[in-house]
Amino acid sequence: MPLKSLQSSFLKGTFYLSGNEASAEGAIAAGCRFYAGYPITPSSELMERMAFRLREVGGVFIQMEDEIASICAVIGASWAGAKAMTATSGPGFSLMQEAIGYAAFTETPCVIVDVQRAGPCTGQATRVGSGDMMQVKWGSHGDYQIIAFSPWSSQEMYDFTIKAFNLSEKYRVPAFVMADEAVGHLRETVRIPEKIEIWNRKKQKGIPPFGTEEADGVPPMPSFGEGERLLVTGSTHDALGYRKTDDPEVHSKLVQRINLKILNHRKEIVETEEYFLEDAEVAILSYGFTARSSLYAVKGLRKEGRRVGMMRLKTIWPFPDEKVSELGKKVRKILVPEMNLGQVAGEVKKYVTCEVISFNQTNGEIIRPEKIKEELRKIL
Amino acid sequence: MVRALEKYIRPGIKTTPFCPGCGHGILMGLILRAIDELQMDMKKMLFVSGIGCAAWIPSPHYNGDTLHTLHGRALAFATGAKLFNPELCVMVISGDGDLSSIGGNHLIHAARRNLDLKVICANNMIYGMTGGQVASTTPKGTKTSTTDEGNPYPPFDLCRLVKAAGATYVARYSVTQPVALVRAIKRILLREGFSFIEVLSPCPTQYGRRNRLDRPEDLIRDLIRRCVTEEEAEGMTDEELAEKIITGEFLA
Repeated sequence: MPLKSLQSSFLKGTFYLSGNEASAEGAIAAGCRFYAGYPITPSSELMERMAFRLREVGGVFIQMEDEIASICAVIGASWAGAKAMTATSGPGFSLMQEAIGYAAFTETPCVIVDVQRAGPCTGQATRVGSGDMMQVKWGSHGDYQIIAFSPWSSQEMYDFTIKAFNLSEKYRVPAFVMADEAVGHLRETVRIPEKIEIWNRKKQKGIPPFGTEEADGVPPMPSFGEGERLLVTGSTHDALGYRKTDDPEVHSKLVQRINLKILNHRKEIVETEEYFLEDAEVAILSYGFTARSSLYAVKGLRKEGRRVGMMRLKTIWPFPDEKVSELGKKVRKILVPEMNLGQVAGEVKKYVTCEVISFNQTNGEIIRPEKIKEELRKIL
Repeated sequence: MVRALEKYIRPGIKTTPFCPGCGHGILMGLILRAIDELQMDMKKMLFVSGIGCAAWIPSPHYNGDTLHTLHGRALAFATGAKLFNPELCVMVISGDGDLSSIGGNHLIHAARRNLDLKVICANNMIYGMTGGQVASTTPKGTKTSTTDEGNPYPPFDLCRLVKAAGATYVARYSVTQPVALVRAIKRILLREGFSFIEVLSPCPTQYGRRNRLDRPEDLIRDLIRRCVTEEEAEGMTDEELAEKIITGEFLA
């Protein structure tokens, strides 16, 4: 089994870390040994920490000429055998989209941390936003799946970066930690456990690296230099990697498989968390930093005896459709507060029949608990 | 000789996708000839290419590891692979549009870093695969599908560009100079550092037919006539030099 327990040989114990620093530590613990990046606010501290941590553990760090080069170097390193990552924010994330499609189509494991800022465009570089929640799923052209987490604490920046590496390796798919400026710069206690679970990519000589018998399988992934004479291409390819640019069957089979290998394993991938939902009439569905304000608001109203609860999405993609659908049957109304104009609320509406109220704030500031309380009162 | 090179071709490959008269097939063979003469271990070779006709020279034909990447990004992918596994002998083979236009930023930065990458730029002076549009390497005055009255802008001198950016080996040859070209390829395979060979490769389909060089042999003759060495160029007037292409090792 590729899943093995590993002593987290570096940091152990309790630390006071920013989200960006915690994510870098998670990456090191998960076995990341290659980082390529380009400076961008508010993610740069992550790159700075990786620069010296990778030197300490004998990995490779390089600051590239732009974000396109960064993600491409990450993919090249991944095929050379590395667990590789990059981090960025909105404008850089936009530049990376073509190569993210390449990673999805060539089934290249890699981790991308997006510390979201207030967009669109250059927007407010030092201010918070969560406007990339849809871009992370749909940013590159064509149909593909990715895995994306939404952390709400420094602790989760650590934990989710490890999870992102594990799932990325397991499913051979790009995995994302969709942080935001507030979580990235938040400084709080992070507890690093004695042991963490690590997943390494499966290797098997002589097995086709781009196809499986099953319609939703994940083939083993050899590395360059192992004598497998790999044929990696972003064009449509058969199980061995040969370009098949006009074969309808090969194209359809490949596109189906890179989608089904994630969608059919949703149950193993998605994670949500529930608070006070047993008897709730109205629920908040929240994610990222906003979920902290949401929980504070819910607790406040509970003290007043109001029947409100909360579901927190830890995984955003693949979307936790079943859990959200169940929630929709349990409550009368769902409030979705977001630092964008309703990106995830739109997704929630696809899976529930109850009323969904989108509460949006795009002013570069976090949504405060009082505001969420106020909105809740309106709909209770 | 041809049989001797077969072991470097991926099993099952019987044809190349290149048009009649394309120089890329010649280049494809010359690179393998250099590899064969040095008895390189194909299992330790990684061939990285971008998008376009020239990107198909290694992928799928060469029987080593091949990475056929995105348009313009071959050098960035190659940088990641080489840095993580320095044991790999990484050769980047791509076209002029790919390496110098859409990938121009990566080209100068890769040269600046002087990482051990062996770059072969097949320059056909046009966008071949997409239908013959003007490139950053198309000579001034040339007719293309997007400059029917002639290209109004001067081209890049790729060798000077890459040399100025920090490459430690720079050469230019034409596929009509096979002996010198094989010697240069062998040299970059043996040396360390960022090495760049610009290889002039004729494109009768997209370049020649719009510029009164329709038949493959017309372009070959034209290249033979225009390619001169640095020494030969020294005695020439500016007028004579205007249509010449200076070949040779500019930095070795």
